[in-house]
Amino acid sequence: MTTAHATHDAHETHGHPTGWRRFVYSTNHKDIGTMYLVFAIVGGLVGGLLSLGIRLELQQPGLQIFHDAHAFNVFTTAHGLIMVFFMIMPALIGGFGNWMVPLMIGAPDMAFPRMNNISFWLLPASLTLLVISMFVEGEPGAPGVGAGWTVYAPLSTSGHPGPAVDFAILSLHLAGASSILGAINFITTIFNMRAPGMTLHKMPLFVWSQLVTVFLLLLSLPVLAGGITMLLTDRNFGTTFFAAEGGGDPVLFQHLFWFFGHPEVYVLIIPAFGAISQIVATFSRKPVFGYLGMAYAMVAIGVVGLIVWAHHMYTVGMSSAAQAYFIAATMVIAVPTGVKIFSWIATMWGGSIEFRTPMLWAVGLIFLFTVGGVTGVVLANAGIDRYMHETYYVVAHFHYTMSLGATFGIFAAWYYWFPKMSGYMYEEWIGKLHFWVTFIGVNLVFFPQHFVGLAGMPRRIADYPDNFAGWNYISSIGSYISAFGALIFLFGVTRAFLRKEKAANNPWGVGATTLEWTLPSPPPFHQYEVLPRIK
Amino acid sequence: MTMLAIFRLIASTAIVLAILSTGETACAGFGQPSPWQIGMQQSASPVMDDITRFHDFLLWIIAAISIFVLALLLIVMVRFNAKANPTPTRTTHHTTLEVLWTVIPVLILVVIAVPSFRLLFLQVNIPAADLTVKATGKQWYWSYTYPDHGKFEFDSLMMSDNEIKAAKVKDPKADNPRLLAVDNEMVVPVNKVVRVQVIGADVIHAFAVPSFGVKIDAIPGRLNETWFKATREGVYYGQCSELCGKDHAFMPIAVRVVSDQAFAAWVADAKKKFASGDDTAPAAVVTAKAE
Repeated sequence: MTTAHATHDAHETHGHPTGWRRFVYSTNHKDIGTMYLVFAIVGGLVGGLLSLGIRLELQQPGLQIFHDAHAFNVFTTAHGLIMVFFMIMPALIGGFGNWMVPLMIGAPDMAFPRMNNISFWLLPASLTLLVISMFVEGEPGAPGVGAGWTVYAPLSTSGHPGPAVDFAILSLHLAGASSILGAINFITTIFNMRAPGMTLHKMPLFVWSQLVTVFLLLLSLPVLAGGITMLLTDRNFGTTFFAAEGGGDPVLFQHLFWFFGHPEVYVLIIPAFGAISQIVATFSRKPVFGYLGMAYAMVAIGVVGLIVWAHHMYTVGMSSAAQAYFIAATMVIAVPTGVKIFSWIATMWGGSIEFRTPMLWAVGLIFLFTVGGVTGVVLANAGIDRYMHETYYVVAHFHYTMSLGATFGIFAAWYYWFPKMSGYMYEEWIGKLHFWVTFIGVNLVFFPQHFVGLAGMPRRIADYPDNFAGWNYISSIGSYISAFGALIFLFGVTRAFLRKEKAANNPWGVGATTLEWTLPSPPPFHQYEVLPRIK
Repeated sequence: MTMLAIFRLIASTAIVLAILSTGETACAGFGQPSPWQIGMQQSASPVMDDITRFHDFLLWIIAAISIFVLALLLIVMVRFNAKANPTPTRTTHHTTLEVLWTVIPVLILVVIAVPSFRLLFLQVNIPAADLTVKATGKQWYWSYTYPDHGKFEFDSLMMSDNEIKAAKVKDPKADNPRLLAVDNEMVVPVNKVVRVQVIGADVIHAFAVPSFGVKIDAIPGRLNETWFKATREGVYYGQCSELCGKDHAFMPIAVRVVSDQAFAAWVADAKKKFASGDDTAPAAVVTAKAE
């Protein structure tokens, strides 16, 4: 029975596997968080290469790179799915969420450490299935899923007779299961394992952001799972949920998809909002302005975000009453979002701000997400969306909020927490260079896309009428600059690990007031064996 | 056919061709995008007039908001950087500010909502129609039916690069923009309310003409309806606006708006040209094979 009551001396070997078992059989939130971050970097590189292929093709009118447009559609589909499910979510939720939530609430680990591990390992399996889908038949005679990340029926059913869509559906099932299990883990952890004295209203805003995000996932992913299962049975087992010839309705799929799809975009940005709150407070050396307003603004965004999905469907032939409701509900979200933007600025106001790399990314996000957000207000109005739907104006909107919002948040969090996670300091000049090159690059890619969208250029086209050429050329140049920025990032990470400049427990000074900064950098394998007490 | 009938056929075809060839082509900016364009396409319908006005109104508001946020950030970066302000305050609340930045956005949204709903109802409530055209989205072309004019139907396929070259040889002044020009255009009379009924034959497509402010999905099993009134003669292009497979980029929409007389002549000619069995649809006769 002595093994069940391991002594303190034996602690080193008990609960601390080594070698490959440390990661494949992990029950440690920090190691799992690291695996998610590495995976997100891989996902970002693959998704980024796909986007380079897209921009290379769109640099000039005509088909130069892709000999047929189906392959181009496969690239756009894979780019979207990979960036959403295998870059942003693993980085913000699996990566920074897993790493920092237990540290910030004074918990030794997540509530279900082993289930945490399967949440991670489901993702490489999911990505593998998606990659396989690119090499089996989709549309007749051509490999891969060319139906967009939205995989609308009937293009994804009768339009893709080969098995590619089935592989994509199974891939999404695994990714969805990964997130649902993760949601259970995060909710239980945050509700039950806060250190004594840390009430919900005392926990850091980053933890609030993770709580809201995983609730959204818990509520929306099962609907996606249902919808794509119905797609699978329509494709393989003779059902006709989405087939008009069997009494079904293609629009039903759109409702099921977007009931998930809209909350999903808040899943992608809210954790970034949480990280930004921590970073802005740290580098302004002031507490966040209006803590309760910030916390409940995120709750409001999440709740309202669950009831606006059909603003993606204004052109399906919806009644004017339904469109009017979705216009009003969608515009409502602008209010809590504005509260957050102004609260961050008010946090900085009166502060003593050091513009270190994480703060650069944070300030960039605040401005650029505002630009993306206001084009969202434009699109919320069905009357205007009539013109803008499926044009590059929409592409510009969601890339401003995602590539310039969520991704800037990822890099802000990366530079902020890298010293804590690795124990090494990054070099400030590389971080700043990475920021500026990326800032210029992504703005060059996506701002001109507003122009071609207003001029009427549709989305998801491999070739375009000649008069769209000018701004498309600029956009493509921007993508090469952004790619260079990504190389700078990788260079900086490599250098940090080679130089091994040790990071202090708290490299950021008095502004960093959350619990992770009281721990060593990196933290010990097990922390808080004695729980901290919060006043 | 009698000699008289043949003569009538030739004369009406000649009249139609004469009128159509002297009619306006879509110069860049009207009915199609222009190089380096940064705004919306020029309006050719009252709905598009309203969309353009509403967008201009919104653009002022969102530009002001973005510049306001940028200005605040720049002020903060200059006034409150560590060198300029070594001692931070501990302010975390300011009730008046918090009320203002909640209430003022609500007011802005209300101000936006009023013209927004008006535009929505203008688009969705279809006025009494002068004629109806049915557009069927297929992989990868459009078919147009004219139920009010004898139910003739024809296919409208994108002109290939070779066809555009050939047309240029025949008429150097012909303007057939690549990826927009089609072989058989949808023809409608000017200043008439056209009800467009749209459906998909196989997968979801979408019928769109930016100059008219029109976009509606073409969904299998669902007959959607929209309308437009073209206020200016000319040719107006749109593109399929829902991903529909490999040639999604290559199934444009072209609407030629002509005078009432030209329209009547075209209808007479079309009835003959597109009488069943005579149109340009791929005549694929599918024989059922035992599996």
